[in-house]
Order: sequence, then structure tokens, then C-alpha cells
Amino acid sequence: MKWSRVYALFVGRNIEFMRDRSALAWNLLLPILIIVVFAYAFSEENPEKFKVGLILADELPDAAVQFRATRYIKFIEFAEAQPNLHKVERHQIDLLFDVSSSRYWINRTSANGYIVEKLLIAAYAGAQKDLQKTLVEGDEVRYIDWVIPGVIGMNIMWGALFGIGYVIVRYRKFGVLKRLSATPVTAMEFLSAQILSRLWLLLIVNAVIYIGMDIIFDFRMHGSYFNLFLVFALGSVNLICCGLVVAARISSEEVANGVLNMFSWPMMFLSGVWFSLEGAHPLMQKFALLLPLTHITEAARAIMIDGDGLIAIADHLLLLGVSSLILLWVGARIFRWE
Amino acid sequence: MSSILQVSSLVKRFGSLTAVDQVSFEIVEGSCFGLLGPNGAGKTTTIEMMEGIKQPDGGTIRYRGEPLGEQFRNEAGIMFQTTALQEFITVREVMTQFSRFYPHSASIDDLADRYALHEFLDQDTRKLSGGQKQRLLLAMALINQPKILFLDEPTTGLDPQSRRNLWDQVQQVKEQGATVLLTTHYMEEAYELCDEIAIMDHGRIIAHDAPDALLAAHFDDVVVQIHAADIPRDIGEREFQALYRNDSAHIVTGDVNRTIERLLHFNIPLNRLRIRARDLEDLFLELTGKELRA
Repeated sequence: MKWSRVYALFVGRNIEFMRDRSALAWNLLLPILIIVVFAYAFSEENPEKFKVGLILADELPDAAVQFRATRYIKFIEFAEAQPNLHKVERHQIDLLFDVSSSRYWINRTSANGYIVEKLLIAAYAGAQKDLQKTLVEGDEVRYIDWVIPGVIGMNIMWGALFGIGYVIVRYRKFGVLKRLSATPVTAMEFLSAQILSRLWLLLIVNAVIYIGMDIIFDFRMHGSYFNLFLVFALGSVNLICCGLVVAARISSEEVANGVLNMFSWPMMFLSGVWFSLEGAHPLMQKFALLLPLTHITEAARAIMIDGDGLIAIADHLLLLGVSSLILLWVGARIFRWE
Repeated sequence: MSSILQVSSLVKRFGSLTAVDQVSFEIVEGSCFGLLGPNGAGKTTTIEMMEGIKQPDGGTIRYRGEPLGEQFRNEAGIMFQTTALQEFITVREVMTQFSRFYPHSASIDDLADRYALHEFLDQDTRKLSGGQKQRLLLAMALINQPKILFLDEPTTGLDPQSRRNLWDQVQQVKEQGATVLLTTHYMEEAYELCDEIAIMDHGRIIAHDAPDALLAAHFDDVVVQIHAADIPRDIGEREFQALYRNDSAHIVTGDVNRTIERLLHFNIPLNRLRIRARDLEDLFLELTGKELRA
């Protein structure tokens, strides 16, 4: 691979992008619009007002059955209490209840937790077993704190898939690739230049969005900025490589549009960007693990909300890195200039 | 003289259609080789296989005795029939980009001087006229100072002046020692530029030689051309086996004096009569049965 050729293609693509004012403006405005619209829309809670985590026993006492029948509470089943206490701390659930020991945990700063506790006590009013209350404390995680990592990941997804896929398909359709194929440029050099060009644009654009959103919403960031950069950079490469594979052979923008939508829409809704998949069907949860955006979102949340380090998110990074290499290899193998 | 490119038993199929069928020829270094044929004859498929753009289904292509490889890519200049360039990029930027693809490249200012690019060097490539774009594409094809230059219908769509300018530029390239492979629809262009031509039809080469040698081999007669309005079609076709093309009746004859006597006998006015030697257009028509621009 000759880096002078990669550099020439990289520069050419950057010039093209920066001078296409409408595309540049759209790339910057769209995510800001999304943030504002969704932050507003989700400022009201959903119809299921309360979320209660349950650690079920083999046999449920009548009181527990009665409590579980309460409407407008979403019950999420967990195997153990200890690993899920942070969800009470972070207001991701309002109360955690271990049925077998009749022990429950609430956050004393949570208004919802206070109400759900009253409902639990009412259900157990005539029961023989006494409830044991444990208070936990923690910073509240606002919806905007929770949603920001996913929204940035989602913006990277759109920019990577459509930014790279559309451009390559357009180049192929109008013969730009054919002209390049008549030079010593190899497929790997061309694809590498596309990855690098799109990567820095995505990182710059999303850094601007991150700073802008932080000024507006002052969202939570407890981890290392370097680690977060690493997650978004690796996630960008992964999604760009997905776009390369999609665009490796297609020469019609309409077909590319359909295939890219087929990739992006499930990721948008099943990667846990807007809502937690906690309590969703197990098959859906397993499917979500196949989506790169799930790993980008979870790793970014772990850093931003929990302040996790690289070791804690190593599985996500490994998966994103290995699948990027596989996708790049597949993309280069099946790539067609015409 | 040694051959720079050897094509042997080349075959290309698209489904059940054999677009190129056992085509073989060699191109002498420093010469201009013309590939002519009607639409669908297989000439663009052939040239694209020679450029390494399409993979043949059979046969071999050798550049300086070796299969097409790194050396060929570095030494070949290619100008496609139609080429799109990246958008929002100026002529200078696209030239700079392409110059970086090659280990050795010509100076952009020199190319701009030679092909009169200076007036639009900093202009967006989307805003060029047809003639300007063809000059740019030719300059891009020459940016690596190629040893072999492929030109696929380089003057299609150009006005006569731009076409004549491009011929001059191709002549300059030839004079500098490069080999040129040209496909064209214009017989005058092929005659002007090519040292050798091959005529293709239905994927096969049906004639191959120097233009004058081909004409000498196929014709020993001339064409008497009369304005179609001056000779009624029934007389022309019955008495002279005239072929009516555009506004003219073409009478092929080996005895001009006798033909003129007979025309006078039928009171055909000769004011607009023209006698011309047989040309490549006639040869093409005779060999393929098709008008070249059809």
C-alpha cells in the first residue's frame, strides 16, 4: 500500500466534503435537531410511570402477586439484587424488591421510589412477613445523560453508513471509480482513504456536537475523555466498514438507500439508544448484541455515566475492533470498481 | 520494430452473448493503432480489457511481454469515452491528486501550457465546457508521462475546431514517442492519426492493416458523387447502381469517363458533381454493411 496515493484520495475527498456546504450543514444540524426534539419529547415520562426490579422466588406469596398486578408499573425481573443496586442509585429503576427475603431497596432522593414504596407496603399490609427497607444513595441519571452517548453513536452511524455508502455508490454510478481503477490505486488504498477521511470528519463533527450539547444540557461525564474518544473512534471505523461492505458492489443509489436503511433502522431502535432493552424479549436482546451501535452506546454510557475504565469495556472494544477488521477485509475482497 | 502490447485470442462473454470473440493483434511501439467498428461491435469491451478494467474470459494480454501488472499501471495513460470527476474539486486539485498516484509525473504547469488549461485551472470541474473537459481528461491521461495512451472515442461530441485541436495534441503525443490506441467513430480521424487500423464487427476483427494498404487491397475504383436532387432516384439506382446517402448519390465506377458520358446521356446536370477516391468510410460500409455513425 502506497500512502502517497491514500493521502491524495484522502485530501480529494475532504475537499469535496468541506465544499459541499449543504451536506456539511446537514451533518451538523441534524444531530442538534434530534437532541433538542428528543430531549423535549422525553422530558415527560412514558405511560408506565414506574419501574420496579424484581428478584422472584420459587413461590410467590399472595402479597407479591397482588403487588405485581399493580397497573402502570413495569416489572423487570433480575436474578440477583447486588449487581442491580446501581440501577436504583441511578434512578434507572425506582425500587428493587427481593421477594424471597422481602427486602427492598429505594433511593431516598427518588420521588417515584417513595410512591412505589407506598404501593408495596399497602400490598404487604396483611402479610405475615415483614418488609425490610434499605436506603441507597446515588446521583440521579437524567434521561438526557442516559440518551446522549447513544445519540452521538447514532449520529456516527448515519454519518458513517450513508456518508461512505452513498459516496462510493455515487462514485461508481458516475464512473469516478472507473477512472481511479485505471490508475495504480488499489482497492485497499481507496477504501483506506475513504475510512480515514470519513473518520476524522465524524470525530470532528461529533466533538463539536458533544461540546455544544454539553453547554446546553450540562450532561454527565464521569470517565476519561481519551477512553470515550477511543470508543467513538473505533465505533466510527466499525460503522464505516459496514458502509464499505454495503457499497462494495451496489451501483444504484436507490438500492443503496434501501440496504442502508435496512441496516440503520434496526440499529436506531434496537441498540438501546432511546430506551433500555431491560425487560425486552431475550431474542431481541441477543439480536441487539449483534449490532455495533449497541456496543458503542453501552461502552460510551459505561464511561460517561459510570466512569468505567478500559478494562470494564474491553469486551465492547474487542468486538468492535475484530469485526472492523473482518468487515474491511470482506469489503476489500468483494469491492468492485464498476 | 517491437510490439508493446500483444493481444491473443481474447474472449469476453456477457451471458450468452460473446462480445469479443478470439481477437488477436499486436501494437507496434510508437505507433497509433485505431480500433473501428459500429456500435456494439465489441471495441470498447476490447479496449477496456486491454486497459485492465475488465477481465477477459479467455485469451491473453501482454504488455512488453508480461501480463498486465504494476509496470503497465504506471506506464499507461487512459482517457475513457465518458469520465466523471469528484465534485467540488478544481482542475488544479484533480491534476495534483492524479499526479500523486504515480511514481513519476509531468509538471502540472507544463501540461496546463500544452493543453491550454490555464484559463480554467482553478475552476470547478463541473463548470467546464465539453472541449475544456476533453482537454483536461487528455492532460490527466498524460500526467504519468505514459508510454502507451488509450483514447476511447476522444472527440465524440466535440465541435470541429475542438476536434481538430485534439488531433494536433494526439499528434504531439505520438511525436514524443508514446504509443496510442484509439477507438473512434470518425473515419477522417482514424485516417489522420492512425498508422494501423483494425475494423471490428460482431466481436471479431474483419480487417487489419495500414489505412492506405486496406484501401488499396479493397478498392481500385472511385466514387462519382452527385447531389441527390440532380439525379432521379429511379435512374440512379437502375442505371448506375447509385447508393443514396444523406443528400448525395454515390456511384462507384472504375471508368469515370464512361460514367460521365452516360450521365450526360440521361441529361443529368454535372454542376455539383464531385469525384473522390474511396475512403475508410466506404471501406467500413463495404465490410460491415453499416453506416459508422448509425
